[in-house]
Parts: sequence; C-alpha cells; structure tokens
Amino acid sequence: MKLKYVLAGAGLVSALALSSAMAQTLVYCSEGSPEGFDPALYTSGTTFDASSHPVYNQLFEFVTGTTETQPGLALSYDASEDGLVYVFHLRPGVKFHANDLFTPTRDFNAEDVVHTFMRQIETEGSWEYFQGMGMPDLIESIEAVDDLTVKFTLTRPEAPFIANLAMDFASIQSKEYFDAMAAAGTPEMINQAPIGTGPFSFVAYQKDAVIRYEKNADYWAEGLPKVDNLVFAITPDASVRYQKLQAGECHIMPYPNPADVQAMKDDSGINVLEQEGLNVGYLAYNTQQAPFDNPKVRKALNMAIDKQAIIDVVFQGSGQIAKNPIPPTMWSYNNDVVDDAYDPEAAKAMLEAEGVSIPSMKIWAMPVQRPYNPNARRMAELMQSDLAKLGIDVEIVTYDWGEYLERSKAVDRDGAVLLGWTGDNGDPDNFLAVLLGCDGVGGSNRAQWCHQPFEDLIQKAKTSTDQAERTRLYQEAQAVFKEQAPWDTIAHSVVFMPVRPEVEGYKVHPLGGHIFTEVGLAE
Amino acid sequence: MIRFFLSRLLTFVPTFIGVTVISFAFIRVLPGDPIIVMAGERGMTQERYDALVKQYGFDQPMLAQFWDYLTGVLQGDLGQSFVTKRPVWDEFFALFPATLELSICAIIFAILIGLPAGVIAAVNRGKFFDRLLMSTALVGYSMPIFWWALLLIIVFSGNLGWTPVSGRIDLIYFFDSTTGFMLIDSLLSGQKGAFGSAVRHLILPTIVLGTIPLAVIARQTRSAMLEVLSEDYIRTARAKGLTPFRVNALHALRNALIPVVTVIGLSVGTLLAGAILTETIFSWPGIGKWMVDSIFRRDYPVVQGGLLLIAVMVMAVNLTVDLLYGLINPKIRSR
Repeated sequence: MKLKYVLAGAGLVSALALSSAMAQTLVYCSEGSPEGFDPALYTSGTTFDASSHPVYNQLFEFVTGTTETQPGLALSYDASEDGLVYVFHLRPGVKFHANDLFTPTRDFNAEDVVHTFMRQIETEGSWEYFQGMGMPDLIESIEAVDDLTVKFTLTRPEAPFIANLAMDFASIQSKEYFDAMAAAGTPEMINQAPIGTGPFSFVAYQKDAVIRYEKNADYWAEGLPKVDNLVFAITPDASVRYQKLQAGECHIMPYPNPADVQAMKDDSGINVLEQEGLNVGYLAYNTQQAPFDNPKVRKALNMAIDKQAIIDVVFQGSGQIAKNPIPPTMWSYNNDVVDDAYDPEAAKAMLEAEGVSIPSMKIWAMPVQRPYNPNARRMAELMQSDLAKLGIDVEIVTYDWGEYLERSKAVDRDGAVLLGWTGDNGDPDNFLAVLLGCDGVGGSNRAQWCHQPFEDLIQKAKTSTDQAERTRLYQEAQAVFKEQAPWDTIAHSVVFMPVRPEVEGYKVHPLGGHIFTEVGLAE
Repeated sequence: MIRFFLSRLLTFVPTFIGVTVISFAFIRVLPGDPIIVMAGERGMTQERYDALVKQYGFDQPMLAQFWDYLTGVLQGDLGQSFVTKRPVWDEFFALFPATLELSICAIIFAILIGLPAGVIAAVNRGKFFDRLLMSTALVGYSMPIFWWALLLIIVFSGNLGWTPVSGRIDLIYFFDSTTGFMLIDSLLSGQKGAFGSAVRHLILPTIVLGTIPLAVIARQTRSAMLEVLSEDYIRTARAKGLTPFRVNALHALRNALIPVVTVIGLSVGTLLAGAILTETIFSWPGIGKWMVDSIFRRDYPVVQGGLLLIAVMVMAVNLTVDLLYGLINPKIRSR
C-alpha cells in the first residue's frame, strides 16, 4: 500500500501544479461522506458518487447526461416475446481491480452477475433500494447459462427492467472477492475496500476527509478514464466549497448556494454548467376528503397559488415551474399540456360556481431541505398568503422528518402535503406509478388518488416493450393528470455545477450522479 | 494525594451510570423512527419494516434493549453503526484525534492570549487598555462561530491566500495515519513540507474554535486578578518594594489561577460543542460532525456510544482539573 500511496501522492503533486503532462489528478469537492462503498446497501447519491460511479459497472449504464441506457458489462440482450425472459450476453475480458487483500484470478463472468443479485434476494441485509424497486418480487430466477451468458426470468413483464439494471444497487460485485473475504472472516471489507470493474480503483478513504482513487489501467472502455487520479475532498459547507474552487483547491463542486450562483457566473475563473434536475416538487391534496375530492376545487386552488413567486423566493432562480408530474428531461414529457395559469379572481369564481366554501385548511411543510424544495416552510407561507385571498385560513403544520413521511401516508390525513421525488432510473413509470398509481394509496401516493383512466394508461405502458407506444401512453396519462389535478405541480429544481475552466468533458447528469469517467483536464 | 485522586475517581461511578442511561434514552426520546428515516421518501412495505425492526432488535422491550446495550458497554462493545456497519469504537477513535488535536491547539491559543490579556486588563483597570481588551473579549464571546469562520476564510484564504481554505493537510501529502494527530503523523511521514502544511491548516480552525474560550479566560482572569490585587498581602508585597512584575506574576496570578483553571476545564465542554460548527466549516474530520450526522440519521449506536465516550472524556478532563487544584492549592487536597 505504501508504494501505492507514494505513487498516488506523486501524481497529485504534479497534477495540482497543473503543469505536468505525466499524471493528472481531478479533485472533486464533494458535499458529504459516503456511508460505505457497497452501493447495494445504501440509497443516497453521495454514497453512489463515491462507490458505484467510479468503482463499479452495471450490466447496462446510463449515458452520462441522459436517461437513456447503453451496454455496460452486458453487450446485448434477447428478450422473450412475453417479456418474461431476458438473456444477457456479457462483455468478455473485463478485469476486476486488485488491492492488498485480494488479487483476482479470473475475469468477470456470469457467476458475478448471479452473485450480485442473489445476495440481495437471499441474504438478510439493508438492501433498501433493491427492495424499494420491488426487485425481489420481480425476479423469479437468475441462471448462469455459461461464463458469458446470464438468463433472468421475471414474474411479470416489466418495461423498466433494463433501466433498473442500470441503477446503483445493480453494480456488479466480484464473487471471488466476496468468497475470499468471507473465508478470511472479514466480509465487511467489501463495504470498506471495494473491488469492482469500474474506471477507477479505490485507493484509500480517510473518514470525513478525503477519498482517493487511481485510474483502472485495464479498463474495458478504450481511452477512459481520462485522468490518472481522482480525489474527493469532502467539504460539507457550500460557501467553503466555493472558496476552495476559487482558490484552485478543487476542480468541480456540487450544490452551490443559490445566492452564490450569479457571482460564480460573473467569475471568469469558473464555468457554471446547468440543467433541470430529474425531480418534481408538489403539493398533494387528499383527494379522498371533501371538498378536495372535487377536481374543480383542486384546480381552483392551483390557480390561486403564484408559482412564479415561489420560484423567485424559495428557489432564488434555481428552479423552474412544473406543469407535469415528470421533469422535462425525461422521455415522454408532454409539452402540450397547458398549466393552470395564476388567476386568483378566476379561482374564486370557480369555487363559487362549485358552491364550495373552504374556511380553513392545513398545509404540511417538510422539515428538511431537498433539491425539489429548498425551503418548504417558506413555500407554505407563500401559499398561505395566496390562499388567504380566497378567504382560506391556512394552518401550516410540520413534524420531524420520519413522522412527516409516516403520517402523510394516512388515507384520512387532514391537509395537503408538500413533498417531492427524485427519479431513480429515468423511466416515467418511476414517477407516475410510484407517486400516482392506485397501489401507492396509503403509501407513496400522498394524494390518495386512484383514478381508473389514469391507472389503465400507466399499467398498459408498464408492460409494453414498444417505446413509441409507451411514450404515447405516458403523454396521455399526463394530460389526464392535469385535468384531474391531484397535485399542484410546483417546481423542478435546476442543478448548477460550477467547474474550473480547465475541466473538459464534464456533463451534468439528469439522474443526479456526479460521474468523472469522461472528464479530462486541459494542459 | 492518592486518596484525593481515588475519592475524585469514585465520583465517576454515578456519573458514568447516569450518562449511560441518558445517552440511551436521549436518542429514543427524539421523535422519528430510525427505520422510516432510513427509507426516506421511497418508503417501504409493512413486511420489510417489520423485518428491519426485528433485525435491529427494536421489537424487544425497552428494558431488554437497555440491558443489551449496558452489557455491551461493560464489555467494551458499543455496537455497530446502522449506516456504515462499522464498530462505533473504531469510528470514534478514527475521528477523535482530529477533534482532540484541534481542541488542544484552540485551548493553548486561548490560554496564551487570554491569560496575559486578562492580567494586563486587571493591572490597567479602567484605563484604555482595559476597556479595549474587555470590549474585544465581549465581541469575541458574542461572535457567531459560523460567521466568524467564513469571514476569516474569505479574508485570509480567499483574498490574501495566506492559509488553505479547509481540510487538515494539502492533498499532495499522502501517508498512513499512525497516531491520528496530523502534526505528529506529518513529522513521522518524513515528507518534506508536510508538517508546515498541517500547521497552516490548523491556524484558522484554531482561532475560530479558541475565540470563545479566549474571551472567557480573559474576562475570568481579569476579575480574579482584581480580587486578588486588593488583598493585603499584595499591598505588603508592593510595600516591600517588589517589582510590579513579581507582584503581578508570582503573587497575584498564582492565587488568581484557581477560578481560571475551573473555567479552562469547563471550556472543554464548550470546545466540543463549538467543534461541531468549526469542523463542519473547515471540513475537519472530527467527532462533532460525526455526532450531528448520526443524530439526523437516527443512528442509535453511534449517538449513544459517541455521547458516552465524549462524556467520559469530559469527566477525565474535569478529574485532571480537580487534580490541578490540588497542585495549585494544597489546602484543597486536605478538604
């Protein structure tokens, strides 16, 4: 390890001096510490940035900067006509990394794929993402047909299956490493000293301070990665990240303070990349409780809320008004849908026409910050003042985050809930079915909304393997959604990514990850 | 002296029991189910929830959970973090040296400046110097740590470029941690420039963390000195013709030190509290930030184990302070 340290250190010296052509080091000022390095055990993006993206590969992978998938460790697949059997043809000659504890004796093969998924099905553990995506119920069996062929049999046709395989929990682990660590009585090392096939191999982690990686010289994608060393300098405070970026102590930083973005744009030493995030922030009415069971009442309330003011005040420019329940970067986004325009007078008239009077209501404000809602309390206050114009006395309620999530699921919940969602796999099903499907009532469907015409459309789209057909069905579903208005769709965040001018090839990823495989540094 | 030490050590026992109970109860009193927090917006099925409740032992009666925890603590096992799956003990000792190093530097900084400032203010009571020092101390005491740290970073790191923005050492230095104390490890590494880099990284966090204790020490020294300076034996010393330096430094300061040492001992608690903010701003990998993150994640083993270990450290410092009283004033030993 010592020699490795010296080499990595030497690489850093030359790279940070930004003068040597010998070794280049990319320094990323990350916002937090990873919980561990086995991505299947966790659900947070910070952990995925440090584990699945640099160290591992999946069978299929998202093309950086899009929600489309491309071959990763699988070269291709054949699907049966009924959509129940998928046969994957694996990439030959892929090498696993080595470390002080382990040197692989063979290349990646089908055994590793079976192991990666079966451990999450058969063994007890916190496989929350795998469980949360319903994978144990979906996968009936996985079989290694030969070294480079794997057969998955599903319990039902599921169009987003390939996108699910590109998710972080599906990062391919080495069966050989697992066996070696189990035999040595140190299975925890898989989570502490990860071995994958990814573009960078893990070198060392100083808790809460620095993570170091070096280029995987045997990486299967030719010419990648572009830098020799990758360093995560863990810097939790956004203002400090900004200072470090200015001082040249790092090349890329995530999550700037919205208030700093303009100054960064004005700074010639910083380039600010931006893109809409794959998320949506919303206000979910309880559609099973009067008078919110009436779509016209819900629409009237939507028309009374000034969303532009919310974007200006709460997002300070780092958001855009949402009109659909899926973000505009997602395929099948229906741009023809017309949002309910802000018009308090028309809203008032609409309520009067329905003969409905709402003396008071509750709005639930989340106690935590999220990209889709940076300040729920402030957002609720703005809504409170907007709805007061309709004579509605709004009471703002909040709970501890765990309580909030739990209580807001109740079918008999009193009040409308502020919440949001960040996409997992770039598939519209991951928004529309999870958040608005009938199965989610009493759970993740906070509007408690089960509308059969909408449900039929999303169920049909879920089982179809024809992309054009799926697109049409989801677009239709968005139109039904708008007409029924179970939510007031509020905003999609805009993700800003400040980078130094010497950084080349960085793309903001709509799924929220920070990926450095294709990033280089100008000489 | 040994009897004095043992009697003080005995007071540890009830405090330790109390801290064990409080650390166990504290995190459970907070609203929020750790398993629901773990699942986040995605939620989980009831079956999955029940399975996890069982896996983490939350289905056991509270007393049984406490008994498990207590027997673990007595055997030196503080459990495993829910999040990182690593032993709490390992995590604590990986991070604690960073906090300790920063706290020691901060308290030395506070004493080196606060003590002379207090003495000078007392000797010049009511004069310009006294007013200047005491109003500066008040400003230091009232300064929000967050703001003060950012101000220093912007001026000294951003504008002047004299100090690094954050971290413990420049990224170009890379060596195994032997002691966890960066000043020592950087010297042991033999890498040229590493020690200097570690020192430069310590400057701003030390000033930020040491500011409040500095202000408290300065004010306490001043008032203790004023009290002592009005004593008869000081007047006698002056009448004997001793130099002002001998009177102030040897006769007055020594007798004024007891309340000052008390304040320094109490500052350790303040330092650990202050370390949470300082560590966050300066990306300092210590236990303050670790504890806060764990509270938000409802990581029960880390919160209860971390609280217990911190409490033991504070108790150890207080014991040391008690022993120092004995050294400074032998009368205390016989009480």
